[in-house]
Amino acid sequence: MVEPDRLIRLAHTRPTLTQHPPVRIADLYLQRGGQYILRDITANLGLSDVTAIMGPNGAGKTQLLRLIAGLGQPDSGTIKFAWPDAPEKHRIALVFQRPVLLRRSALANLTHALAQYGVTRTRRTARAMELLDFGGLTDRANIPARALSGGEQQRLTLVRALGAAPDLLLLDEPTSNLDPRSTAAIEALIQRATAQGVRVILVTHDIGQARRLAKDILFLQDGQVAEHSPAPQFFDTPTSAQAAAYLRGELYL
Amino acid sequence: MQDFTAAFRAALDLVFRMDADLMEIVGLSLLVSGAAVTLACVIGFPLGAALGAGRFAGRMPLLVLVNAAMGLPPVVVGLTLYLLLSRAGPLGPLDLLYTPTAMILAQTVLVTPIVAAITAQIVADLSEEYRDLFATMGMRRTAQAATLMWDGRFALTTAVLAGAGRALAEVGAVVIVGGNIDHVTRVMTTAIALETSRGALELALGLGLILLTLSLGINAALMGVRAAARRLSDG
Amino acid sequence: MIRLALLLTLTAAPVFAQDHILIQSTTSTQNSGLYDHLLPLFQAETGIEPRVVAVGTGQAIRNATNCDGDVLLVHSRAAEDAFVSAGYGTQRHDVMFNDFIIIGPETITADSPAAALTSIAQAELPFLSRGDDSGTHSREMALWNTADIDPTGASGGWYRETGAGMGATLNIAAGMGAYTLTDRATWLTFANPADLVISYEGHADLNNQYGVIAVSPQHCPSVNAIGAQTFVDWITGTSGQQAIAAYRLNGAPLFTPNAAE
Ligand SMILES: Nc1ncnc2c1ncn2[C@@H]1O[C@H](COP(=O)(O)OP(=O)(O)OP(=O)(O)O)[C@@H](O)[C@H]1O
Ligand SMILES: [Mg+2]
Repeated sequence: MVEPDRLIRLAHTRPTLTQHPPVRIADLYLQRGGQYILRDITANLGLSDVTAIMGPNGAGKTQLLRLIAGLGQPDSGTIKFAWPDAPEKHRIALVFQRPVLLRRSALANLTHALAQYGVTRTRRTARAMELLDFGGLTDRANIPARALSGGEQQRLTLVRALGAAPDLLLLDEPTSNLDPRSTAAIEALIQRATAQGVRVILVTHDIGQARRLAKDILFLQDGQVAEHSPAPQFFDTPTSAQAAAYLRGELYL
Repeated sequence: MQDFTAAFRAALDLVFRMDADLMEIVGLSLLVSGAAVTLACVIGFPLGAALGAGRFAGRMPLLVLVNAAMGLPPVVVGLTLYLLLSRAGPLGPLDLLYTPTAMILAQTVLVTPIVAAITAQIVADLSEEYRDLFATMGMRRTAQAATLMWDGRFALTTAVLAGAGRALAEVGAVVIVGGNIDHVTRVMTTAIALETSRGALELALGLGLILLTLSLGINAALMGVRAAARRLSDG
Repeated sequence: MIRLALLLTLTAAPVFAQDHILIQSTTSTQNSGLYDHLLPLFQAETGIEPRVVAVGTGQAIRNATNCDGDVLLVHSRAAEDAFVSAGYGTQRHDVMFNDFIIIGPETITADSPAAALTSIAQAELPFLSRGDDSGTHSREMALWNTADIDPTGASGGWYRETGAGMGATLNIAAGMGAYTLTDRATWLTFANPADLVISYEGHADLNNQYGVIAVSPQHCPSVNAIGAQTFVDWITGTSGQQAIAAYRLNGAPLFTPNAAE
């Protein structure tokens, strides 16, 4: 679907980051329904180009991602952003675990998003067609977005997020519905985006995918950070019993 | 049974003769109710959007008020408007009493809460679904409202139809502010009331049948347009 | 929006032209079809378009008091005189008369309408009252007063107040086989009599006089005083009086003109 070299036009070109963590989370607590579903989360994210957040169902991955995206406030603790070139300026795009699409065609969903991102009217359609092409959806342009297959919908929401030209891209299980070919294409897309300096935080249950893409892994269980390690170390010699059990396919209680 | 046969015959007779008085009455009904529904949409759509998706103080009480106003008795609306528009009332100098304009105003008051309340419900449901998306896109409230209204456009025809139904069917308000003056303010419903009071029940029922047919036609046409538009557009 | 603006101007336009008059009148005169006969003649002779709002006499007088009418044509002498003496109207003129009748499921033999009502009350036969402050209603109350009976104590029992117009009340009477007081014109033109008959008629107490009053321009500067006076002069003059006499249903006159020369 995607020709890799075309992705270059998707993202901003900006200096690569090394020392400054772009996302700093400190002492984060979040309560829902009388229970803490996130507890004492402290982590520096975005130091590498792709950070994977892993953990069993209900661990709190989606909730953490939402807080980073600014959807809702934590009960306590802070999330701070800093980009070296423009510390307070950052653009975050979030791709939801469950696609949210307008009741319009695939193309109209993209032109609508581009309008919100300030793309001028004359350039919107051409830009949207490019994005559709990146997502392998060119022949789906005029089909109602909500009639697309689950995988097509996921691809559409991903290219819509890329349309924002984000500094930080938050992906909540972006390939959970995709066939192997599309998964490979999405991964290529992510890698091309990171090559242009986009930082990606990726929630995934796909261990292979995390191995292929992520440089560091944040492992959550029961709303707490059980482990935050560089990827090779995490997969080969996990330090936490929870991560070890998860990787063996067992449930750690 | 005999009554209904006679009513049916009276209706057919009127229609096939293209009775000039009937055409005038039907025309005025459509004009008055059409204008009232148009005005009600001009007011009710933005109001409903604000109530459905807005975040402002007094939203809940206002929503309760608008919902309650759906059940406003037409006679009360007619009477209130009469007191305002009467020569002795504050708006008397406008000289609007016993004109179609007064009838349009009365029906606008009756229909606006219906359009607004249904719009609010449709927009609130959609807004619930789109809220997080809008937040990640950093959209302004007005842009959100525009998106919600556009995406709800097929559902919103229900609001228009409900409003049109109320406008076409009500008699209590227009008879007071219009006066049921022959050739000036006589519409279908006031003509039905008049024929009933003359004991001409078949003719009254015949007019009722024509009104019903008209109402069915408008509904069918709008639903047809909606279905066609949905098929042609993006769903 | 353009269509709407156009409509607003169209409907507002005739108001300033003052080529029409608004007559506040009673349902009985409208339901009898008299206006359909009379008003085209008036318009042809004078060029003024008459517009009729037909409501109960009480409401017609209230509307005229609010200046929402140029002419009053009703049938409740006491209320008419009060309207004029309060300064709301210029002068009251007799126009025409017919008579009230009691209709019901059976005929009643009695010396007077009050006696007929007494027999209805004593037998507790169902009786419908307009109960709406109309000319017919005030006449009915006057007849009960003559009979020295206060029927309102039985309201909800054999005595029922419909709170509706004459036609609606007749429809109810036809539906439940009740007695009621009505003017003869409305009864003769009423198309749904069912099994009802004229129970009692023909007594001086049942005389039904109609009067016409031009609304006073001193009280209501907005009225079309010239148009109103033209109408009063016409309907009490030769043309109007002859037209009233000529209006017949199945050969029988519905109203008798009696304007003073
Ligand atoms: N409003 C709420 N009230 C109560 N509990 C909630 C609420 N919202 C979320 N939770 C709970 O918070 C926990 C974390 O949810 P979250 O969606 O972040 O899990 P997750 O790690 O993304 O899981 P998955 O892998 O299944 O997507 C879950 O147990 C969920 O039921
Ligand atoms: Mg999740």
